[in-house]
Amino acid sequence: MQSLILTTTTRLLAALLLMFSIYALLRGHNLPGGGFIGGLIGATAFILYTIATSVDEARAALRIDPSNLAILGVGVAALAGLGAGFAGDPFFTGQWLFLFQDGDSYIPLSTVLVFDIGVYMAVFGGILTLVFAMEQEI
Amino acid sequence: MELLLAITIGVLVSTSVYLMLDRNVLRFLFGLVLLSNAVNLLIFTGGRLTAGAPPLIDAGEYAPTGVVANALPQALVLTAIVIGFGLLAFTLALVYRTYMTLGTVNSDEMRVAEPADESKLDTGRLGMGKANPAKPATGQEAGI
Amino acid sequence: MADDYPKVDRVMGGAAGWISIAFPSILFLYFLGLLPQIALGPQVHGIDWVPSLGINLSVLLDGLSMTFVLLITGIGAAVTLYSARYLGQHPDYPRFVSYLLMFMVGMLGLVLADNLIMLFVFWEITTIASYLLIGFNADSAKSRRSALQALLVTGTGGLILLGGMIVLGNVAGTFQLSEILTQGDMLRAHPWYLAILLLFLAGTFTKSAQVPFHFWLPNAMAAPTPVSAYLHSATMVKAGIFLMARMNPALGGTDAWFWILTLFGGVTAVFASVMAMRQTDIKQVLAYTTLMALGTLTMFLGAGTHYAIMAAMLFLVVHSLYKAALFLMIGIVDHATGTREAGVLGGLSKAMPLTGLAAALAAISMAGIPPMVGFIGKEFMYKAGLGLEGFGAFWVTIMAFAASVMMFAVGGIVALKPFRGDLRPTPTEPHEGPWPMLAGPLVLGALSLIFGLVPGVLGYYLVGPATHAVFGEVREVHLYLWGGVNMALILSLLTFLAGWLVYRRHEAIRTRLAAFEARNPVDFDAGWDRLLEGFKAFAAWQTRLIQNGSLQRYMAVTFGTFVVLVGGTYLIKGAFRSGLSLTTEGIHPVQWAVLGLIAAGAMLTVWTHSRMTAVAAMGVTGIGVALIFIMFSAPDVAITQLLVEVLVVVLVSVVMLRLPYLPRRSKATFRAGHAMIAGGMGLVTTFLMISVLATDFDRRLTTFFEAASYPEAYGRNIVNVILVDFRALDTFGEVTVVAIAAIAAFALLRGMSTRRKPEEES
Repeated sequence: MQSLILTTTTRLLAALLLMFSIYALLRGHNLPGGGFIGGLIGATAFILYTIATSVDEARAALRIDPSNLAILGVGVAALAGLGAGFAGDPFFTGQWLFLFQDGDSYIPLSTVLVFDIGVYMAVFGGILTLVFAMEQEI
Repeated sequence: MELLLAITIGVLVSTSVYLMLDRNVLRFLFGLVLLSNAVNLLIFTGGRLTAGAPPLIDAGEYAPTGVVANALPQALVLTAIVIGFGLLAFTLALVYRTYMTLGTVNSDEMRVAEPADESKLDTGRLGMGKANPAKPATGQEAGI
Repeated sequence: MADDYPKVDRVMGGAAGWISIAFPSILFLYFLGLLPQIALGPQVHGIDWVPSLGINLSVLLDGLSMTFVLLITGIGAAVTLYSARYLGQHPDYPRFVSYLLMFMVGMLGLVLADNLIMLFVFWEITTIASYLLIGFNADSAKSRRSALQALLVTGTGGLILLGGMIVLGNVAGTFQLSEILTQGDMLRAHPWYLAILLLFLAGTFTKSAQVPFHFWLPNAMAAPTPVSAYLHSATMVKAGIFLMARMNPALGGTDAWFWILTLFGGVTAVFASVMAMRQTDIKQVLAYTTLMALGTLTMFLGAGTHYAIMAAMLFLVVHSLYKAALFLMIGIVDHATGTREAGVLGGLSKAMPLTGLAAALAAISMAGIPPMVGFIGKEFMYKAGLGLEGFGAFWVTIMAFAASVMMFAVGGIVALKPFRGDLRPTPTEPHEGPWPMLAGPLVLGALSLIFGLVPGVLGYYLVGPATHAVFGEVREVHLYLWGGVNMALILSLLTFLAGWLVYRRHEAIRTRLAAFEARNPVDFDAGWDRLLEGFKAFAAWQTRLIQNGSLQRYMAVTFGTFVVLVGGTYLIKGAFRSGLSLTTEGIHPVQWAVLGLIAAGAMLTVWTHSRMTAVAAMGVTGIGVALIFIMFSAPDVAITQLLVEVLVVVLVSVVMLRLPYLPRRSKATFRAGHAMIAGGMGLVTTFLMISVLATDFDRRLTTFFEAASYPEAYGRNIVNVILVDFRALDTFGEVTVVAIAAIAAFALLRGMSTRRKPEEES
C-alpha cells in the first residue's frame, strides 16, 4: 500500500500517537491511562506506520527488536517489584520519593511508576513482536 | 438494565459456544473472541453497574466523594482484555501454522498424533497381554 | 548364558557384588547377637515421622520379626554370594544388585515395622522390587508379562490391604501395631471386623499366592534363579503369611478366620501339590511346591491353636531352609547341564557330588524323613491337625497328609532322580559348581540336618518366641525329634509309603495330569489374559467415546457437562433468585441500541459465511462491549477494549488473507445438538447471572481500595493503583504471559514466509 498522502500523514500521526501514549502512561496513576493503555496506543502508532510503509522501515524506526523490548519490560517490572526488598518491605510494595516538595507541588518518583513503565514496555514490545511477525511472515 | 445485560451475556455465550463447536478452527477462533468478550462483560456486570461515576479521586480529596463505580472488577477486566488478546494472537499464529503444515483448517483432519486408524497404535510395547510379535524376544526366556 | 560359567574378569561382581554380600551378612550377625534378648521378650523402638497422622518410624522386634529377619538376612547372604558368581559377569549385574538390596530393605522394613502405614510402604517396596527382578530380562516378552502380572496382582491386593489398614486404624484409634495387637477382643466384636478381615486377606492372599490368586507365582519363575530362591520361595511370598501371623492376636480366633484360612490354605496346598506333579521343568516343580507350602502355612495359621501356630512357625523355618537350597541347587544344575527338564537329567552324582549332597540334604528334609528338621515339622503338623475339633481336625489333617505325600514324591523327583543311575546326555558337559554357588545350598542343607538333631535350640530361640508373638500368650514350646509311637508317627509312616508309591508312578501320573489339563477349561493364566484384554478393550472403548481426537467432541463433552452439572444443580437446589426489576422502564434508547449491537454482531458472526463479514461483526460486538464500559463508568477498560478491538481486526485480517474461505453451509448442516448445548450454556449463564445480581453485594474489598488508594498509594485512579500497586504481583504475572504469548507466536511464525504456501504449490 504505497500512498504518498498516507505515508506523509502517518509519519506525523504516529509521532503524535507515540507522544500521547507516553502521556497516557505517565498520567495513569491519577487519571485514566497507565501502562496497559499507553502500551496499546504506542503499539497502534507503530502498526499504523507499518501499514503505511513496511515492516522493515518500522523495525528500523524502532531501532530495538520488539521481543527484546518485551522481555526488558518484564525485567524492569520485576526489578521495580524487587526494589521494595531493599527497603525491607515485602516485594512489590511501592516506594516513593517526593522531589522538590513545596506545599502541594512536588515531583513524585516511585517504583510504582517504574513498574508501570515495565508494563508499558512489555505490552508495547509484545504486540509489536506479534504484528511484525504476522506482517512479515504471512 | 442488569436483566437485559444478563440476557445479552447469555446470547454472547450461546453464539460463542456454537462457534466453538464447529469443525472449522477459524470459526472456533471467532467463538473464542466472543467468549472472552462475554466473560469480560460478565465479570464487569457481576461487580454491579454504576453510571456516570468513574473510580477516580478528585484533586484535593483523600477518598472518592459519593458512590463511584466498583474499581476491582475493572482492574480484573482490564488485564483480562490484554491477556485475551495475547491468547487470541497466539491461537491465530497456531491456526496459521497448522494450516501451512497440514493444509487444513478442519480439526477432524488434524490427526498426526492420534491417527483415526487405531491399528497403527502399538500397544504391544506396553508389555501387556500378548507379546508384540513384531519384536521377537531376545535372551533367555526364563532364568538366566 | 547357560552354556558355561563366563570368564572371570569382574571378581565376584566387583564392588557391587561385595557390597551386596556384606549388607545382609553384617545385618545377619547383628541380629544374631540380639537373639538372646528377643528370646526373653519383644522390644519396641521408635521415632516420630508424621506425628499429625499418627505415623511413626517405629520398630517392633519380637520372635516373629526376628525369625523373618534372620531368614531374610541369612538366606539373603547366601543368595547374594551365589548371585555374585551366577550373574557377576552380566552387564546389568549392578542393576540387579540394586534391585535385590532394595527388596532386602523393603522386606526388613516390612517385618520390623511397628506402624501399619510404614508396613504398607515397605510392603509396596517389596512389590516393586519383585516386579523389577522378575522383569530383569527385559528383552524377553515372557519376563515382562510375568513381571507385570505379579505387579498387578500383588499391587491390587496391596491397595485393598491399605483400605483394610485404614479402617483398622480408625477402629482401633491407632496405627501402632503393638497397641492394636492388645485390642483383639474389641476388634473381634466390632461390627466392621469382617470388612477389615476380608480387606486384609485380599492383600495377604494375593501376596502369598493363595488360590485363586496363585497364577502369578509360577510365572514369576521367569526371574533369574537366585531371585526365585530368595523372593519367590523364602521371603517375599511369605510376607502375606507374616502379616496374617502378625495380625493373629488382633484378628484371629474367630469362625470366619478359621474357615477362610483353613479352606483356602488347604485347597491351595493340595491343588499346588497336584500341579507340581504335572510339571517337567524342575524349577516349575519347585514353584508349585512353594505354593503348597504357602497354602499349608495359611491353613495352620487359620487353625489357630497353640500347636497349630507352633507347627506353622516351625514349618516356616523348615521350608525356607530346604526350598532356598533346592532352588539354588537347580540353578547350579541348570548352569552345568544347560537344562532343567526332569526327564532329561540323570546320574549327575558322579560329576556333581557336592551339588548332589546339598540336594539330598534339602530334599530329605522336604520329604520329612528323620533325622531332618523337616520330619519334626511334619510331625507337629499332624499333631496340630489331630488336636483340632470336629470337621476342622479331619480337613486339616487330610490336607496336610495329602500335601506331605506329594512333598515326599517331589523330593524324589527333584533330588533323587537327576542324580541317580547312569549319566544321561545333556546339552553341556556336567561339572561341579564353584564354591560361592555351592556354599549357600550346602550350609542351608546342613542347617536342616543340625536343627533336626538339636531341635531344642531352634525351639528356644526362634520357634518359641515366634509362636508367643503370634499366639499372643506365652506357653512352653518344646521341639523334639522322637515323641514315641503315636498317631502322628503312624501317619508319618503312611506318608512315606504313599509318597514312595507316588514317586514310582510319577511319570504315569504326569501323563494323566497333562491329558486332564488339556481338557480342563479352567485356566487361570488364560483368564488373566482375558481380564487384561477386557480392561484394554474397555479403556479403548471409553477413550474412543470421550477422547476420540475430535476437538468438536471434546468441546461438546466439556460444555455439555457444564450445562448438565451446573444447570442440574441449579434446578435441584431451586437456586433461582430475582430481586431485579423486570420492567424496561428507564432504559435509555441508546442502551437498547448498544445491547442490540452486541447481540446482532454475535449472531451475524455465527450466521455469515464470509470471513470479512465475521471479522467486522466481531468488531461490532467488541465496540458494543466497549460502549457498555463507557456507560458504566469504566474509562480505562473502555479505552483498552477499543484499542484491542483495533488490534484484533488488524491481526485477524492479515491472517485471513492466507486462510481458506469459510465453507458454505446448507441448512442441512445446522447442528441441532450443538445448538442445544450452546443454548443451554447461554440459559445457564443468564440465570446464574440474574441470581448473582439479586444477591447482596459485598463491597468491603472495594471500600478498602477506595479508602487506601490515595493515602497509602498516592494515586487518584483507583483502577490503576490496584493494577500497579495493590495487585502488582498479579499484573506482573499477566505482562509475563503477554510477553511469552507474543514470543511463542513469533517462534511459530518465524521462517514461514520462506515455505511454499499450499495454494501456491497447486
